[in-house]
Amino acid sequence: MESAIHARGLRKAFGRARVLHGVDLTVPTGTLLALLGPNGSGKTTTVRILTTLLRADGGTATVGGYDVAREGDRVRRVIGLTAQQATVDDLLTGRENLELFAGLYHLGRREARRRAQELLERFDLTTAADRRAGAYSGGMRRRLDLAASMVGAPRILFLDEPTTGLDPRSRAELWAVIRELLASGTTILLTTQYLDEADQLADRIAVLDGGRVVADDAPAALKRQVGSERLVLRLAGDEDAARAAAVLAAQGEDARRSPGDDPSEVTLALHGPDHLRRVLDLLHRAGVAPERVELRAPTLDDVFFELTKAVAA
Amino acid sequence: MTAMTTTAAAAAGRRGSGAGDLGRLIARALRHETCTVDALIVNIAMPVAIMVVFVYVFGGAITTGSSGLEYIDFAVPGVLVMCAGYGAALTAVSMAEEMTGGMIDRFRTLPIGAWTVPAALVIASVVRNVATTGIALAVAVVLGFRPDATPAGWVLTAAVVAGYVLAMSALAVLWGLMVTSTQAAGAFSFVVLFLPYLSDTVVPAETMPGALRAFAEHQPITPLVETLRGLLLDRPIGDSGWIAAAWLAGAVVVATPLAAARFRRRTSA
Ligand SMILES: Nc1ncnc2c1ncn2[C@@H]1O[C@H](COP(=O)(O)OP(=O)(O)OP(=O)(O)O)[C@@H](O)[C@H]1O
Ligand SMILES: [Mg+2]
Repeated sequence: MESAIHARGLRKAFGRARVLHGVDLTVPTGTLLALLGPNGSGKTTTVRILTTLLRADGGTATVGGYDVAREGDRVRRVIGLTAQQATVDDLLTGRENLELFAGLYHLGRREARRRAQELLERFDLTTAADRRAGAYSGGMRRRLDLAASMVGAPRILFLDEPTTGLDPRSRAELWAVIRELLASGTTILLTTQYLDEADQLADRIAVLDGGRVVADDAPAALKRQVGSERLVLRLAGDEDAARAAAVLAAQGEDARRSPGDDPSEVTLALHGPDHLRRVLDLLHRAGVAPERVELRAPTLDDVFFELTKAVAA
Repeated sequence: MTAMTTTAAAAAGRRGSGAGDLGRLIARALRHETCTVDALIVNIAMPVAIMVVFVYVFGGAITTGSSGLEYIDFAVPGVLVMCAGYGAALTAVSMAEEMTGGMIDRFRTLPIGAWTVPAALVIASVVRNVATTGIALAVAVVLGFRPDATPAGWVLTAAVVAGYVLAMSALAVLWGLMVTSTQAAGAFSFVVLFLPYLSDTVVPAETMPGALRAFAEHQPITPLVETLRGLLLDRPIGDSGWIAAAWLAGAVVVATPLAAARFRRRTSA
């Protein structure tokens, strides 16, 4: 199958800051690629290059079969973009916004009106349709922005952190819309900070770090890649956890305090029963006694921290 | 879903015309002026207030020098220029808002020429401010201004006002593209509103001290106001008409390519 998005060796620097050095991405038609990466890793920069908003310093990219650098006009006729920063006209009503964009896609007056109404219903904005977008709540503006990027019924959709700021219900609704679009053959590139979102929606996940794609695989395969089970050691408190992590690290173990989780926990990838015995021995000899020991399957969070830890350390 | 997919094919295939897109964006810019109370205040209350202040408050205290005109007749053409210029200068803020607020990114991913965005702002500004200046003129008539213009004079008056708004809007767009915040963009209004004070508009230039007087007599607002006075009161214009036209044309000819180059730079990075 032909790929809807194909990028090779994309490079971009802002002044002296080199943001992308050699990004390769391929998104087959009708699939969803989730682009993950820590803050500042260049996700938005990549999306801006692919949507013709920014010119790459090097490398090539095609979107819908058209070269983003040389055939921008054609690319723009097949894409939709929801940027990280909402881009709707605050002085116009939600309906006026959508009708304006529909007009700029040259839909014709009647068709534009029909399309605006359809999208307002779909994104649950009918009651607010005739209020100014500037008076919308953050989540409503976000939904209007999403609706706006779908006005031209694009074949290829770019969503830069589309669910940031949405409440759980709106997020679930957006996921449903995304699944529908995929079922109808739309290709989607989505960036996100939420690993469960990627896990739920993506056919493939690409992890961007240090200006390169450090992993690009199906969610299940990525999880397999970071090893089997996780060993979670719960200690009496933060200090004990820090000591345990230090003791294990000194012996070459890849133990870390679970970021974002309980600070009294230490997590490491486990390679069989002998490994478990060795870890507990090391702690015993150092006089650190875990209160509880747990085993769990790896999550995408583990994948993410595993793959991006070189930079974080 | 089926309906959406059909639309997709239709939308992707349809090509628009630059003029059609320009029209839609002009309509949008004008819509901005009717949907907020702020905009109504700027467009209607401001010109009314400026006119009333000049005619009533300053009217009694300022003499019109050797022109032999009533103060209202002396002042109204200049106040019209102030109203037109102030409104036009606000285009700088609109331009900066488009660039910093992210709307430009939305427009740039649509299948339209990006140049239509600043062009629409300028044209909408001309439409809006010619109308606003008309309101100010109507207020002046209510306050006792008695224009004496010939039909050709009225047509030329409208053309001069439109030309001035066009020139100021082009400069405003250039300024709005130079700065990186809407606050800085707003500074342009201040310059445009202040310039008439240093001309033969509010106070006769002949009453000013030396250096100021030289500036007042040679800056573009003076011949512009002279021209409007001549047209509205059916008095001789002399060279002022040509000098004013040259200033306005010069401003447009200089500002447009600079703004276009600046716009291309800001939208390609
Ligand atoms: N126009 C610009 N000028 C200068 N530096 C920029 C510009 N745009 C982005 N950068 C820098 O490039 C880097 C990558 O930014 P980018 O927005 O692509 O990251 P991101 O992965 O989208 O981050 P986030 O998760 O926070 O959205 C950052 O260090 C940022 O400061
Ligand atoms: Mg980003």
